[in-house]
Formats: sequence, structure tokens, C-alpha cells
Amino acid sequence: MIANIAFYVCSVILLASAALVVSSRNPVHSVLFLILSFFNAAVLFLIAGAEFLALILVIVYVGAVAVLFLFVVMMLDIDFAELRSGFQRYLPVGATVGAVLFVELLLVLGGWRFAPQAPVLRFSPAPANISNTAALGRLLYTDYIFLFQAAGVLLLVAMIGAIVLTLRERKTSRHQSIRAQTDRTAADTLALVTVAVGAGVKEVGIFRPKPASPEPVEEEHHGH
Amino acid sequence: MATEVGLGHYLVVSAILLVLAIFGIFLNRKNVIIILMSIELLLLAVNLNLVAFSAALGDLVGQVFAMFVLTVAAAEAAIGLAIVVIYFRNRGSIQVEDVNLMKG
Repeated sequence: MIANIAFYVCSVILLASAALVVSSRNPVHSVLFLILSFFNAAVLFLIAGAEFLALILVIVYVGAVAVLFLFVVMMLDIDFAELRSGFQRYLPVGATVGAVLFVELLLVLGGWRFAPQAPVLRFSPAPANISNTAALGRLLYTDYIFLFQAAGVLLLVAMIGAIVLTLRERKTSRHQSIRAQTDRTAADTLALVTVAVGAGVKEVGIFRPKPASPEPVEEEHHGH
Repeated sequence: MATEVGLGHYLVVSAILLVLAIFGIFLNRKNVIIILMSIELLLLAVNLNLVAFSAALGDLVGQVFAMFVLTVAAAEAAIGLAIVVIYFRNRGSIQVEDVNLMKG
């Protein structure tokens, strides 16, 4: 009973906030409604018994993806009012396509049923007496290990791609020069000095730090 | 079924969410950021379907698959937003209609 009430409340909030995401005047509000809809979808996942996915949804989507959206929306100086023009113009075609799609989906929902042998054909029935997370982990690290690794590679590629795309070289920016660092030898910086017993540092003439040897400074290509 | 809420309810909610997302893509033809958000909502609807069927059948593979969908969606959002940022840096606008540099 409680689950039913929670389901209806959360799905209503989910759908309302989804509608506000697409129709909000201010993109910042859109992102915030997106966060709200993710939260409510997580509750729906919880009600369905997918606890791990629900929490992953909150952590990954609310914590990372939605915040990324928020950063981009706030960082770019965009005239959003100008982007809103044409809203009225696209409304009829969008509504038409949406209505057609919705009617089709309702037809599908009205007519479908499980195949009689569906319970037999299950790939991996959920084991009893074990939490959802543990069961998912058992499945993910055994049968689906290659897919799991592929997902990891995909995330790596996405990360490198995003960095490569947005990294920009500016004349004024200062970079770490790895070549200069690795070319540096001990002889450049260290000197062995025999110090007479009892002599002070100043008297022997040791300066610390050692004065930098004049190096030809390459202004053109530093830092790659 | 593991839950008291019927599968049909989940399917209806996910269908409405999917339609709203498609509607959003059409409605915000000029604003690529809202289009990306609509795609996220669309993938969320798909995930909701996968999880609902997984719960109804007692088959965990649906949840594994939903997790991969989530991964791909996160990667897609990161790359998409990076492209938006560099596009804005180059052109000073993110209007979808301005994206015609590669038009022959």
C-alpha cells in the first residue's frame, strides 16, 4: 500500500518535472528539474527492487552529470531568450509527433503479453537470500566481465575525448615542461664541496640555492 | 513479482516520460543543451523499462543492461557538453541552426 502511494506520488513528480525540463524558460531551472526527475526515478527504481541502480542513479546522474550540465549552462554566456524564439513555431509539430508516438505506445501497452515460456528463458534469475547489490556484482564480475571492461574503456575514451576537446593552448598560460624536468641531471643542481672542519657556510662561499646557470630560453614552444 | 506495483504502471510512466523527452527535442530545436537533457530523460525512460521488466521477471540481466545504458549516457553527456563548449568558443553561439560548417 505504502509502495503504491509512493509510486504514484513519485511518478507524478517525475513526469511533471520532466515536462518542466523541456518547457522551462530558464535553462538553469531545466537542470534543476532534471535533478528532481532523477531523484524521483531513483525512488521508482527502489520500489522496483533495484537498490543498487537507484543509488547509482543518484550518485552518477545527480552528482556528476546534472552538475556538469549546470556548469556548462552557467559557464557559457548565452542569450537564452534568443534561443527560445521559435518555441511556438515548433510546438505543433512536436505535439503531433509526441501524440502519434504516445498513441502507438498505448497500442503496444494494450496488446502485449509475456510469452508462455518467458520464465523458463530467463538468463539469470535473481537468487534468493542475497541483496540486490551482491547479486548484481556476482553477475557483473563473472558472466558480464567483458562488457564491464568495455564499459570502463568507454568511460576512459569519453574522459580523454572530453579533455582533448576542451584543452586549449594559450600564449599566456604556463605549463609544466616535462622534457626540461626529465633532462635535468644531478650535475645541474648538485655540487660536492669539501668543507673544512669548523668553517662556516658563508666563509666557504656556498650559496644556497645554487645560482641558476644561464640557459637558452625557448620562448616559442615551451610546454608540450 | 518482487514489488506490489504492477508492471503496467511502470510501462505507462516510462512511455509518458519517453514521449515528453521526444517532445522536448522537437520543442527546443535551437537549444542544444536542452536537447541533451531531453536525451538524458529518454535514456532514463529506457532504464525504467529495463528495471521494471527485470523486476517483473525476476531476471537480473535487465538491471545489468540498465547499468551499461547509464554508463553510455554519462559518457555521451560528457562528450556532448565538451562539443558544446568548444563550439561556443569558436562561434559564440550554440544555435543548432548555425551548425552548418560542413555543409557542402
